[in-house]
This record gives sequence, C-alpha cells and structure tokens, in this order.
Amino acid sequence: MNITNLFKIAMRALANNKMRAFLTMLGIIIGVASVIAMLAIGQGSKISIQNQISEMGANMIMIHPGADRRGGVRQDPSAMQTLKLENYETLRSEARLISSISPNVSASGQLIAGANNYPSSVSGVSIDYLDIRQLKVKDGTMFTQNDINTSAKVCVIGKTIVDNLFPDGTSPLGKVIRFNQVPFRVIGVLQAKGYNSMGMDQDAVVLAPYTTVMKRLLAQTYLNSIFASALSEELSPLAVEEISTILRREHKIKEGFEDDFTIRTQEEISSMLNTTSTLMTTLLACIAGISLVVGGIGIMNIMYVSVTERTREIGLRMSVGARGIDILSQFLIEAILISITGGLIGVIFGCGISLLIKFVANWPIFIQPWSVLVSFAVCTITGVFFGWYPAKKAANLDPIEAIRYE
Amino acid sequence: MSVRKIIELDNIRRDFQVGEEVVHALRGVSFSITEGEFVTIMGTSGSGKSTLLNTLGCLDTPTSGEYYLDGISVRTMSKNQRAILRNRKIGFVFQNYNLLPKTTAVENVELPLMYNSAIKADERRQRAIEALKAVGLGDRLEHKSNQMSGGQMQRVAIARALVNNPAVILADEATGNLDTRTSFEILVLFQKLHAEGRTIIFVTHNPDIAKYSSRNIRLRDGKVIEDIYNTNIQSAEEILATLPQNDED
Ligand SMILES: Nc1ncnc2c1ncn2[C@@H]1O[C@H](COP(=O)(O)OP(=O)(O)O)[C@@H](O)[C@H]1O
Ligand SMILES: [Mg+2]
Repeated sequence: MNITNLFKIAMRALANNKMRAFLTMLGIIIGVASVIAMLAIGQGSKISIQNQISEMGANMIMIHPGADRRGGVRQDPSAMQTLKLENYETLRSEARLISSISPNVSASGQLIAGANNYPSSVSGVSIDYLDIRQLKVKDGTMFTQNDINTSAKVCVIGKTIVDNLFPDGTSPLGKVIRFNQVPFRVIGVLQAKGYNSMGMDQDAVVLAPYTTVMKRLLAQTYLNSIFASALSEELSPLAVEEISTILRREHKIKEGFEDDFTIRTQEEISSMLNTTSTLMTTLLACIAGISLVVGGIGIMNIMYVSVTERTREIGLRMSVGARGIDILSQFLIEAILISITGGLIGVIFGCGISLLIKFVANWPIFIQPWSVLVSFAVCTITGVFFGWYPAKKAANLDPIEAIRYE
Repeated sequence: MSVRKIIELDNIRRDFQVGEEVVHALRGVSFSITEGEFVTIMGTSGSGKSTLLNTLGCLDTPTSGEYYLDGISVRTMSKNQRAILRNRKIGFVFQNYNLLPKTTAVENVELPLMYNSAIKADERRQRAIEALKAVGLGDRLEHKSNQMSGGQMQRVAIARALVNNPAVILADEATGNLDTRTSFEILVLFQKLHAEGRTIIFVTHNPDIAKYSSRNIRLRDGKVIEDIYNTNIQSAEEILATLPQNDED
C-alpha cells in the first residue's frame, strides 16, 4: 500500500468530518496554548523579580534593631531603639568586609512646595547610600560630607516627589521645599527606578543628611536601620558575621544570649521571593498540565467515539480491499495530522495570548523556546498515542461485523 | 470455446458458535459458476444466503470445504491476502448502499482503487468516471452521497463494484431498500452488465427476480435444494416500461 494513497484517504476522511476534526483539535489547541501562556507568565514574573532584586542594591546587608521578628512575636518598643549612631560609626571604621555603609533614619510627614503638597517620608542617610541602593543623581548633586557635618538643610529627591511638587515641569533644583515646617533646599534629583516587585514606588524618596534628620526633624539618637554593602556576593555571609560580632561586642551581649538586632541580606530576600515565584510557576505548570491531560482525554474520547461511529465505514473499506494495516495507518495519519495541526495552532495561540497579556495587561512575559517545544511535543504525542489505541481496535475489526454494525 | 470457472465450491460448511450451541449456517454447499452467468440465490430469511455470499466474497472463511475463486484456493489464505483478493477480484453491492457519507460519487467509486497502489491518480479518476457513466450517473459525478436518492446511491454502489473490473459482482439484497420501479431500474442495470459478459451473483428473498437471471439457486437450512438454469430470461426493461413513472428523477 503506498503512503500517498493512505495520506489521501486520511485527508478525505478528515475533510468529510471537519467538525469532528476541529473538536479533536480544540483539545490540543487549548492544551498547548495554555501550557505556553502559563509558563510564559511564570517565567516572566520570575525574571522580573530577579531583575528587581539586583536593582534593589549591591550585595546589600540590612541591619534592623530588635531580635529577629520573623516569628511574629511583638516586641517591646524600647527594643526598637538599640541601633545607635555610634554603632554605625564603629562599623564604618572596623568592619573590613563591607564596601559602603549608611545609617538610615526616617521621618514621615507632609512635603510642601508652593501650593503643592505630598505626603512622604524623609530618609536620613549618608553619601554611601547611593552606592548601596544603586541610585544615581540625574540632575544636580548629592549632598556632601560637609553637609552631613553641618546638618545642612538640603535634600535629593526622587521623580515621584518632583512630579507631585512641581507638576508644571519647572526644575526643582535650588527650590526650597518644606517638610513639617522645616525648609530643605533641593540640590539633586535621582534617576527614576520605577516600582519594585512588591509594588513599592522606588522614586517616592527624599534623601537628606542623617544628621539633619536626627537633629532637626526627629531629635532622636537611635537609628531605624543601617544599610551596608558587602565587598562581594561571596563575602556577604562573612560580612554578616563580622557585623554581628562587632554589634554584639558594642551592645555587650553575653555568650548564649539573643541578638538585639537583625541582619538580613539581599540574598535572603531574593531567595524568599524566588521561592514564591517558583511556587507560582509550579502552580501554573500544574494548571497547564491539567489542561494538557484534559486535552488528551478529549482527543482519546473523540478518537474512540469516532471508531465506533465509523465502524461501518471501516467495514466498507475492508470489504473493498483495505487491510488491517491500511485502516490502522489511516487512523494514525488522521491522528497525526490533527495533532500536528492542533499543536501548531496551539503554539500560535499560546504565543499570541502571551504577547497580548504582555502588551495589554503589562505583565512581564517570557516565552521560553523549550516550553513551546515541550508542549507541542507532548500534545502531539498525546494525540498520536490516544489515536493509536482506537486505530488498533479498528484495524482488528471483523469486516462482516463491522459492515453490519448499526 | 471453453468456459472459465469463476467460482467453485466444494462441500462448504460454516458453523457459528453461539454460546453453548453450534449454528450450522451452511451444511455442505457445492456448485460452480462460470464466467458470464447471472445467478440469483434465493431462500427464506436465515437460510444462509448472506453467509454464503460472505464466503464467496472472501469476507468469511468456511469451517470446512474448498473454495476456488478464479482458480485460486481461498481457504488457506491469510486475512491480508483475502483483503487483496477482494480488492482485485470482487465487487460488492450491499442492501444499504454503504457509501461513504458526505463524499462525492466519484470519490466513493474511487475507493477500491485507493487500496491498489498500482493504479495512479489519473487512471483512478478516469475509471471511476467511466464506471459512473456505465451506471447512468455521468451527470452526477460530484454529487455527494447525502444529496442522492436511494436508486442513485445504489447505482453509485454498483459503479464502485464495477470499477476494479472484478471477476464477480456480489449483491446482497441490492434492491431490498428500493421501491418497485427503482428496483426494476437496478435490475435493468444488472441485466445490462450481464449482457456485457459480467459474472453476477445476486442474493434476494424475492422469488420474482429469478425470471430475470440466467440461473437460480435455492437454499434452505444451509443446503442447496434447487439449482435451475433459466432458458427464458425476461427483460426487466419491458416490465419497467409498463410501470407508472415515479415523481422523482
Ligand atoms: N456471525 C454469526 N454468528 C452466529 N450466527 C450467525 C452469524 N451469521 C449468521 N448466523 C446464523 O446463520 C444462519 C444464516 O444466516 P444468514 O446467512 O444471515 O441468513 P440469510 O442471509 O439467508 O437471512 C442464521 O441462523 C443466522 O442466525
Ligand atoms: Mg441476509
């Protein structure tokens, strides 16, 4: 039997039953498309989270007052005042494994510039803060060590603050803005960074010398936190240990007693977020897998029903001389044609839906070539496999019984 | 001129196991049919006509006995060999037409040739068209099976049975689903094929049809009880002329 004829036979059979062919295909199309789209969403969010984590800072180490709060136990407010300015100074002079360090004190209130106001907080930091958080001054300059020494009332502001306080587009450089009645002169504007993965606006910042914030705004001697950068990613755990040793000594914590501060690294946060996004990707993959299985069952169902429905056709074909192998081949070719066509349409739909989500809903999307290949292969194999069983059944029919089948 | 034996049956038996019991559908049938005969096989329902025809058509193998089709022993053949034999030597016409649904007349008639790789696409189509012209459907080539009347469908089925130029045409109750006039039209067609020298075996339970064939074999309980040559073949065409016209066609 030549393959061209079998191919033609299968094509004619499909052409005469477009609806059945389409319904079978639908299962594959949905399966392939959803696998591609789901994996694209999962992978896209993973990549975007990773990007944002690396943008967050350079090998950042965050030191907060109080014991590790991850247990959720409430703490005594006095426990929140354990980080002192002296601790920062000691760390700056003694810690060898960090490249930069900055204290952080934060005051919240209302910013006013002329007729515009905007609720915000002012972060009191050192010059190193820019390196640690990977910030850049776009216009103007950062404040200087001299500004810190003199507690100068100057500030560097982010794009969101500029947009809200100077909506008419005038340059904020040199302008005076008031924060809780205290006037600050704007000397620099930060390069925009956008939102981070947790939806926080990274441009809603006002940076001022920490001395200014501590003395002129808050009149407090303790710090909200200390930010530092490890010399390298590999040295980060050692840097944490070094900082911990210095702080325990400074805080006179005896052996066996708990820290009264918490140190976290960027790696910890990133692995936490990665776990979340991996979980999400897995979940999406599961949903996609289920739709694949449902698609496969659909294919099997229709193939199986079609053998029963087409029993007489099979009997007739046998009576005019089709052998079992011819019937088997015909059904297999039909299954392969349906599966491959459905798979290709599914790939197109899957990529289309992914791109649609990317451009309409603005979700981060990343279509991985392997996900396209794998889902296409799995669906095609499913289609052919589920097509094979009923085909085998058809090929073994007794021609007399088949042709008499009602 | 020596006549070629198309079919030779020697003591054919066919038993069916139905649960505990054995049904003897054929109990020793022997006869031979030569080229160019138009044989009607008659008998009441359950007398074994279809079983006999299935055996003749190589769809079924006898429990015992020898069967030679065009000189070839069928009994020892494999399933696949029998399929090829059906494809080259046999044309079937069924009571319920058995056309492929939603398929054009030409494609239906082409079907047996699709399973013969020796025949190329052009020739296949050409032969299908000729067969359809031979049954009077030259103007309905592209009509789909669901757009045709019963008589037309049966003509397509006959064209399909002719297209491989078989050694014998086997018809099982071929007029069973048709009204009187259409039945006669089909009979006229069979007589025409007979006149062209084709060998035809026509199974029916209608005793009137014997008048139009050259030989009549009567079955009862799986045995041949009568085998008569008809020397006075009547013309179905003459009877057809006396019948009132149908509304259709
Ligand atoms: N596949 C089968 N299995 C069991 N019994 C069968 C089968 N085919 C036919 N028979 C029996 O064989 C006998 C002859 O049947 P059949 O050849 O169909 O008769 P006819 O066509 O003359 O009506 C009947 O008794 C029928 O029940
Ligand atoms: Mg019968």
